Parts: sequence; C-alpha cells; structure tokens
Amino acid sequence: MRPTTLDPAAEQALAERCREVVADPARIRVRFPAAAREIARTPGTSPAPGGDRIEDRVRVRLLDALAQGLPDPDARAAEVRDLYRYGDADERRAVLLALPRLGLHGRVVDLLHDALRTNDPRLVAAALGPYAATYLDDEAWRQGVLKCLFVGVPLRLVDGVDQRADDELRRMVADYADERRAAGRPVPDDALPLLTSRET
Amino acid sequence: MRIFDPHIHMSSRTTDDYQAMYDAGVRAVVEPAFWLGQPRSSVESFVDYFDSLVGFERFRASQFQIAHHCTIALNPKEANDPRCAPVLDLLPRYLAKDGVVAVGEVGFDSMTAEEEKAFARQLEMAVEFGLPALVHTPHRDKLAGTRRTLELVRAAGLPMAHALVDHLNEVTVDLVDDAGAWLGFSIYPDTKMDPDRMVAILQRRGLDRVLVNSAADWGRSDPLTTRRTGEAMLASGFSEDDVDRVLWRNPVEFFAQSGRLLLDVPDVDAGATFAGNSLLRGERA
Repeated sequence: MRPTTLDPAAEQALAERCREVVADPARIRVRFPAAAREIARTPGTSPAPGGDRIEDRVRVRLLDALAQGLPDPDARAAEVRDLYRYGDADERRAVLLALPRLGLHGRVVDLLHDALRTNDPRLVAAALGPYAATYLDDEAWRQGVLKCLFVGVPLRLVDGVDQRADDELRRMVADYADERRAAGRPVPDDALPLLTSRET
Repeated sequence: MRIFDPHIHMSSRTTDDYQAMYDAGVRAVVEPAFWLGQPRSSVESFVDYFDSLVGFERFRASQFQIAHHCTIALNPKEANDPRCAPVLDLLPRYLAKDGVVAVGEVGFDSMTAEEEKAFARQLEMAVEFGLPALVHTPHRDKLAGTRRTLELVRAAGLPMAHALVDHLNEVTVDLVDDAGAWLGFSIYPDTKMDPDRMVAILQRRGLDRVLVNSAADWGRSDPLTTRRTGEAMLASGFSEDDVDRVLWRNPVEFFAQSGRLLLDVPDVDAGATFAGNSLLRGERA
C-alpha cells in the first residue's frame, strides 16, 4: 500500500492517534471506528470493491501502530479479531486490507471465512489479498474466486490467481460459464482467461 | 412538509412503511436501540442488533432517500437481566461510530437498582463521547421516574441541553421543561399522546425544545403520526414555518450537537447492495 496522502493537519492527527495506540493498545477500540471522522476520509460513499479510500489507509496505519504496541502475536490477533467482530463494513474492510502487515501468520484465517460468507463485494475483494493467497485453504480460496465472478469483483483484485489457479478451479469456472450460457446470460470477461487456459 | 422522525424503530417496519413515510415527507430518522419485544438472552444478540442499526437498516432507509441515524445503549428493561448487562462494556466501540447520534434509549422501566446503575454509567459515557442522551421515561410511575431521571442527568454532569427526555405527557412536561432539557413526545394511535393533545401542549408552552416522534415499532403504532401532528398544528392555526420548526429544525438542532448527523442521502440506485443484499430480491443480471 502506498503511503497515506493526508493534509498536514490530518497527518498530525493520525500520528498522535498512532502514538496513543502504541502506548495504550486498547485505545484502538474507540479510535479505529472513529478514524474517518476524527482523522480523514474520502468524501461520499463508493461501493467499488477496488476503491482506494483515505479512511482505509488511515485505519491500516492505526493497525500498524497496534502491531507495534502489541508485540505478542496472540494478544494482537485477539485485538484484531475483536476490531473485525465489532466493526461496521468499513472497519472490517480495513482489517482485511491490513492482515498481510500484522505478522499474525495463520491465526486469523477465520476472518477471511467470515468475509467470504458475506455478499459484500468490498469485503470479498479485501479478503482475497496476499494474506489469503498465503493462508487460505484451497477449497475456500477457489470458492472465493468463484464468488468474485458471481458478485462482480474483478479478478485483478485477487492476489495470486495466476499462481494458485488449478484444474479444479478451472472446472468450477467452466461449469459456471456453462450455466450462464444455458440461461442466456453473458459470461463475465474475467472468467475467460481461466476458461482458455483450461482448454490449452 | 419535511419531517425528521427523531424516534422510530425501523428494523420492525416494512418497505411499505418506508415508502409511505417518504410520500408523507419524512427525510430523516433516528432509530434508538431498544428491546425487541422478545427479550434478548445474551450480549451477542445486542451485537448483531447494533450491527444492523449501523449497517443494513441505514442502507434500507437510503433506498427510500431517508437519512437513517441511530442511538446505541443498553435499554432499561434489559438492564435488569444479568445475561445482558455486560453489553455495557462493548458500548464504547459503538458510541465511537459515525451516524451514532446519541446514547439511548437509556432511563427507567421499573425503577430498579440495576436500571439506575446502567443509566448512570451510560450518562457518563454520553459525557465522555460528547454525545447527547435519549432518555426513555417509564410507562408506570412516570412522574417519579422522570424526576429521578433529571437528578441523574445533573449528577452525571451532562448538560441539560444534551438530554432529550422522551414519551412525555401533560403530567411530566413541565418538570422537564423547567429543567431545560429537550422534550420528546410520542404520538400513538391509542396510548401515550395523540395529535390534538400535542397541539394543546404546543399552544400552551410554545415550540422551543419540542420534538415529536411516532416511536413506531413492532407493536400497534403508526409511522405517520408525525405528519398527522403537523396537519393538526396547521388546522389549529400554526404556520407552515411553525410546523417545520417542530418537525425538522428542532430535531436537527438537537442531534447536530453530536456532530454526526448524515443528512446528505445520495440519489437512489435501485440496484445498489448492502453487503451484497439488494432490496430487489433479484440475481445480478
């Protein structure tokens, strides 16, 4: 993720909040939900699953501070899991985006399963980043990719498709394409590379 | 007539209600956290309810171009259940969120020690988070409960201008009025207040600090009693501007004290989704 682009006042506010969280990690429980209001946000709302929003970046920085303040990975995992559990959709998305940076290894794979159970394109997309590419099991990962085709998440947002796509995923996508065609509906363009590579 | 209903439990209402409310002029609502009719038996049940208030319900309202806000609290009735009371420890996480415009509904149901403890603690949270408090007054022993309510607000150091004392009637209005708190009136088909009694109170003491709500929920109630009250005001000689003040500007002024009103509702996109759920019941074409 690129560095947060904030105006100086917001950058200062964020730096202060980060210091607060490093010194007293439990403060993230009220700073994280309030981050868009207290620090900075991209105006308006956007359902775009790949949108680059300032409040996402601000929250990821707060999670970096949490990682600094909680060196014990089990304690850190518990705090991160609670932020997700009690978060709204925006907060959950930021947790998912930050997972590869938090040194949690496989401890919070259950959050990916939760996000992939939703039909929220912003959460599904955020769940299938580098953390999922490393830690999510094959069955869940394939279902996640198929879900992207269903709910309209572009596959360019899924980390590691080229490396992880296997014959079973190609079979699933081919069956999905057959079903779409049988119903007289178009097959998403994103599915085509996975179909072609199977046929070759 | 533009209407801000400052107390309505939309989770219990249908999309038909949302449409009728929009047609009647409702453009903004506050949904206070309360009980569900069916008692909760665990903290987890509150968490899912709070998630719905800051999530799916806000989305549903937006599909009818109605701005939805909520208040968060452990309600007085369930403050008596030791299985529910620990939700108090989770409230700060929710009181920090956008669109949460007050702590509420807090207050008394049966005036127990447990209720008072939860009430006092939540008033302290309102002070800590810079939020107003929406206070429910009891159905039984209303006058005594209202009197004790005002004592607790003073003790917590919450400014009276940040307290909305709700479900008032002819017996309790002056007590709250004299204290300087905001006055909430729930207009019901059969119980609580009706539009004509409401108009009589407005004629007697004026429009300052008065909020009128439908308090519509899962029981016999009507989400359009705000509109009926506006019509009764006009019929008895109040001006359009008077009606606008009571039904729009007063609630905006009260809840704007939270700094978290979200009155810009984007244009409706009928195919929009919340967490992938549209209100259309259709598969993506």
